[in-house]
Amino acid sequence: MAEDRNVAWREDLRKGLSNKERTAIQRVKMNELEPAYRARVREEVNQGLTKEQALVEAKRCLDCPNPTCMTGCPVSINIPGFIKNIERGEILEAAKVLKETSALPAVCGRVCPQEKQCESQCFYKLKLKKDAVGIGYLERFAADYERESGMISVPEIKEKNGKKIAVVGSGPAGLSFAGDMAKMGYSVTVFEALHEIGGVLKYGIPEFRLPNKVVDVEIENLRKMGVTFIKDCIVGKTISIKDLEEDGFKGVFVASGAGLPRFMNISGENLIGVMSSNEYLTRVNLMDAANPESDTPINKGHNVAVIGGGNTAMDSVRTALRLGADRAMIVYRRSEEEMPARLEEVKHAKEEGVEFMTLHNPIEYIGDEKGRVVKMRLQKMQLGEPDASGRRSPIEIPGAIEEIDVDEVIVSIGVSPNPLIPSSVEGLQVSPKGTIVVNEGMQSSIPMLFAGGDIVRGGATVILAMGDGRAAAAAMDKYLK
Amino acid sequence: MNKIVSKENFSENVVKLEVEAPLIAKSRKAGHFVIVRVGEKGERIPLTIAASDTQKGTITLVVQKIGVSSTKLCNLNVGDEITDVVGPLGKATHIENFGTVVCAGGGVGVAPMLPIVEALKKAGNRVITVLAARNKSLVILEDQMRKFSDEVIIMTDDGSSGKKGLVTNGIEEVINREKVDLCVTIGPAIMMKFVALLTKKYEIPTVASLNTIMVDGTGMCGACRVTVGGKTKFVCVDGPEFDAHQVDFDQMLMRLGAYKQEEQADMYKVSKQ
Ligand SMILES: Cc1cc2nc3c(=O)[nH]c(=O)nc-3n(C[C@H](O)[C@H](O)[C@H](O)COP(=O)(O)OP(=O)(O)OC[C@H]3O[C@@H](n4cnc5c(N)ncnc54)[C@H](O)[C@@H]3O)c2cc1C
Ligand SMILES: Cc1cc2nc3c(=O)[nH]c(=O)nc-3n(C[C@H](O)[C@H](O)[C@H](O)COP(=O)(O)OP(=O)(O)OC[C@H]3O[C@@H](n4cnc5c(N)ncnc54)[C@H](O)[C@@H]3O)c2cc1C
Ligand code: FES
Repeated sequence: MAEDRNVAWREDLRKGLSNKERTAIQRVKMNELEPAYRARVREEVNQGLTKEQALVEAKRCLDCPNPTCMTGCPVSINIPGFIKNIERGEILEAAKVLKETSALPAVCGRVCPQEKQCESQCFYKLKLKKDAVGIGYLERFAADYERESGMISVPEIKEKNGKKIAVVGSGPAGLSFAGDMAKMGYSVTVFEALHEIGGVLKYGIPEFRLPNKVVDVEIENLRKMGVTFIKDCIVGKTISIKDLEEDGFKGVFVASGAGLPRFMNISGENLIGVMSSNEYLTRVNLMDAANPESDTPINKGHNVAVIGGGNTAMDSVRTALRLGADRAMIVYRRSEEEMPARLEEVKHAKEEGVEFMTLHNPIEYIGDEKGRVVKMRLQKMQLGEPDASGRRSPIEIPGAIEEIDVDEVIVSIGVSPNPLIPSSVEGLQVSPKGTIVVNEGMQSSIPMLFAGGDIVRGGATVILAMGDGRAAAAAMDKYLK
Repeated sequence: MNKIVSKENFSENVVKLEVEAPLIAKSRKAGHFVIVRVGEKGERIPLTIAASDTQKGTITLVVQKIGVSSTKLCNLNVGDEITDVVGPLGKATHIENFGTVVCAGGGVGVAPMLPIVEALKKAGNRVITVLAARNKSLVILEDQMRKFSDEVIIMTDDGSSGKKGLVTNGIEEVINREKVDLCVTIGPAIMMKFVALLTKKYEIPTVASLNTIMVDGTGMCGACRVTVGGKTKFVCVDGPEFDAHQVDFDQMLMRLGAYKQEEQADMYKVSKQ
């Protein structure tokens, strides 16, 4: 790292422009579709930076001797390394630097909570109290540039070592693991329960935030590297881990995610029109239900309330707008400050006309004679002392109850680990929360079985899932040698 | 993949399909189901695995045309491939020798009941099957049921076949004449509700196999949820079979109507094609 900062071209860049000049530049604004237009279409909201914008933004980075931003990145991406490559115009080189650590930069550039990670630790933020360098924007720019240049390099593959490896689940953890193992010469097969490859990246995160084509390119690349994908195959049901072992698979990486929706168990939750965000987003994203050509039905609500304050809630409420809702509301029991969603999603949602009912918690849903939800009762809340998560916990204001009209409610209060694998493998150590227990090398209590991503962490993030996949690949390679 | 190797029309609206699916054939047990999808714009629908042949690597589905997706599937022919077939899903039926078992099916429930009748018979039970339909032309799978039942009682609303009356009349007749150890019921929610009320009166343990709306079939979405014994359950992973005396059938009935309007509009489109 230190050496690479000392290479001649980087020293020249630093000398070329003073820090004073660099810090005088304003943070770039992302090019976005107009709120009024985009709130009714599926097109991606963020249009990315132009090359000119990216070159200017890259100048803001001071190439700090001690790049604190990297400590904010869960996988320690060489941030100044890739940004300085952008500054000198070597965009493909920048993409290469990103790929040394991240298997999915085009995805992470779009969906990482940068304001809590790298950008929160940027020198501008910490010391200058200014807007951080647009690290996420630049990451996305470099990755998109590479993809659109048609010059995506298929990584070098070591000679096949004849060892078969199975991956359970094709989300970010499974995909990044598969890529690294293929590079090392293993024969990798990915088993996916659904009829699409990509996990949450496909069935969860909507097109307006992460276009399918971005994910498809990554999958296509893995295919070119020799990775085999088998869809419609549920490990633990269609085939067992034991079958895989008997079939000659030497290692299994479980990346089955946290796919189970949680409900609040309040009265009226099973009325028609009340559903999990997983159901809603799966219908719209995976089954394309809003398209009249699709056989899968969806009810398009007029007054839609989404319960929760995370990314999933934002994705659901903005999807509801795009399906034509007159009123789309976020109902969240804490205040906006405690919302776990990415800052940008909250901002976008507001611009698009989403109403935020913070400090409100649903206590009952009321239906009509056909069993359709027509009203919800909300308990108003106030903030008390910080709880275990460090956020101020919501407490009820006695007697402050409100009723509002709704015809669709989307419950988005979190997910639990998928119990299929944990319950189908004997002797596998599982935590009380249902996550698979692993050591630092992502190895479970069964030596040939490794695990990572949401099945190990509970609902987490794409970058952590990706990082787990890569860590598991390195560890499994060691284990199999 | 998923090639149809044989097709037989049981009646105008009921088709038997034998489909290549070697892995599922090997791992499935009675009561398991699969999710199938026909075409890239197709819907995912659940269907019970009626039988399997591990040698040939095939599974058998008995499908009744009731809406768009089941019609599309029934319109496929030998040699065609089903876009997606995934499974086996759900919990297997608990099969043992209970003694005398009454299997009561009607409407959409008759097809999925066939493998259960067969498994119960093979486990040594005395199996009395009660099939209910509005009229004679809607009675399906009678011959197949006879093969694995000690007795088949047909009930029609108008008396055009078997006896005139409801499924519950048929069951009650058996209860009045001999000791029944278990009742299994599959059919429209309203039918299962009345079967459950009847057997509750006689304190006969009763299992209902619930055919709720599903999407993924793996516990991921909650579309299939029902209330059983006051608790929310996911039919695709916790079921599809439950203690019928604990199921909230009124709620299930309502939830089945969730997409009625759109389904009817879609059906209209298909019938015009
Ligand atoms: C709507 C939504 C929005 C989100 N937004 C963000 C965001 O903006 N930023 C961010 O960082 N994170 C976000 N997340 C979280 C992030 O997507 C997850 O943390 C991440 O996808 C986890 O990756 P994974 O590989 O562990 O699992 P998943 O992506 O969940 O993939 C698991 C896959 O395994 C399959 N599977 C499960 N069991 C089996 C089995 N037995 N056999 C075969 N296949 C199986 C599943 O079908 C699935 O495809 C969001 C999540 C959702 C739902
Ligand atoms: C676990 C399980 C196993 C099943 N096994 C079989 C099987 O082996 N063979 C078979 O033919 N069917 C079976 N079914 C039912 C089958 O899945 C439905 O018939 C199918 O989904 C209907 O889809 P469609 O698009 O053709 O009809 P839709 O257009 O979805 O429905 C048409 C009309 O039928 C009603 N309807 C839809 N689904 C049901 C239902 N499940 N019960 C009662 N009314 C309904 C709708 O309200 C609508 O009015 C099973 C269902 C489940 C949950
Ligand atoms: S069908 Fe989705 S959870 Fe049962």
